[in-house]
Amino acid sequence: MKHLLSPLDLSVDELNDLLDLARDISINPKKYSHVCDGKKLATLFYEPSTRTRLSFEAAMINLGGSVLGFSSADSSSASKGESVSDTIRVISCYADICAMRHPKEGAPMVAASKSGIPVINAGDGGHQHPTQTLTDLMTIRELRGSLDNFTIGLCGDLKFGRTVHSLINSLIRYKNIKFILISPKELRVPDYIIDVLRENNVEYSEVEKLEDVMSQLDILYMTRVQRERFFNEDDYLRMKNFYILDKSKMNLAKKDMFVLHPLPRVNEISVEVDDDPRAAYFKQVQYGVYVRMALILTLLGLDKEIQ
Amino acid sequence: MLNVGQLNEGFVLDHIEAGKSMMIYNNLGLDKLDCCVAIIKNARSNKMGKKDIIKIEGGLDLVDLDVLGFIDHNITVNIIKDGEIAEKKRLSLPAQITNVIKCRNPRCITSIEQELDHVFILTDEEKQIYRCKYCEEKYSR
Repeated sequence: MKHLLSPLDLSVDELNDLLDLARDISINPKKYSHVCDGKKLATLFYEPSTRTRLSFEAAMINLGGSVLGFSSADSSSASKGESVSDTIRVISCYADICAMRHPKEGAPMVAASKSGIPVINAGDGGHQHPTQTLTDLMTIRELRGSLDNFTIGLCGDLKFGRTVHSLINSLIRYKNIKFILISPKELRVPDYIIDVLRENNVEYSEVEKLEDVMSQLDILYMTRVQRERFFNEDDYLRMKNFYILDKSKMNLAKKDMFVLHPLPRVNEISVEVDDDPRAAYFKQVQYGVYVRMALILTLLGLDKEIQ
Repeated sequence: MLNVGQLNEGFVLDHIEAGKSMMIYNNLGLDKLDCCVAIIKNARSNKMGKKDIIKIEGGLDLVDLDVLGFIDHNITVNIIKDGEIAEKKRLSLPAQITNVIKCRNPRCITSIEQELDHVFILTDEEKQIYRCKYCEEKYSR
């Protein structure tokens, strides 16, 4: 039984196959519209996440399947004290595959160990969110044509941002990628990520101001810097504009650079950037549906049946 | 040197860092054994200055060497037969330990589901880093 708990559960070859399938889905969606007829996806969301849940549900519906599930712990048997292990054993009798979002880290792994159906981690606390990483990888590959040879700037809260950590861990498996880590010093990436970069001889630099490095970037991955993450108000006020992307900063960037963001955005990307052809964060949402469709097909073993 | 009676059949845990013997006694569950167990604290040692020693009368299957290796893999295990050292065993860091230490991450699933085993995996042998199997939180000694 194959599950997806971490982006690194997939080898580079498996990942490439998945992204190829996602691309084919994006080109020929009709070809896939009945592949999951009669199949059911259970969305077990112990904490609300409208965007991710709807993306999974849209993916299954696009494949001809149907969905069932719950969208908060209050409306599940967890509120009566049922364990994750028991819940998944029960759900295994109702559905063919499930996506689980849980506030506790490792909950999807516990579920996978007792499950009779494939489990997809749809986010477990601050730990992993592999389908966001797959979405990011597909977006970069579709926009640039490959996952090799580019400079990526990761900007904002790099300390607590799990999407950033997962993306770095996945991208180091590709050739000639340079990382520019743009954050206030309070929110730099954790030491263990720096260790990973060093051990893999990956070129990286850490800077404080986005505009200083804007011209070097092929991809800019924005995340939100929250006021409460700063130790004091003065630092926040001094630096908050370093991490807000606006037209003037976009003017410093290459013509073929692309801006990604895991969303939801608050104010870190000015709405005036939305119309710039390099703003790719809404395309990223669409790729997220395709890559989840490809993942569902792969985990159900239906990916080879369509060719 | 204090004389603690000769061991004819059993094993000796030697080169225990001074002061750690009681912790090892508790972690290995030696209090539950029926056989003779001797703890020597602050014995003189050429190599360590002072050290603790534990002597146990009985077979090596009485203790979990993985737990011992996790606590301190520099401890030597001397197997005694007919009053003589028959074998010296070196310990290594175990690849995985179960229910020896607890995950302290309040966001870990083990913090709310009591029946789950607390499993830690050796992720970096050189730096002796263990991480929780579920949340990957690093264990700090």
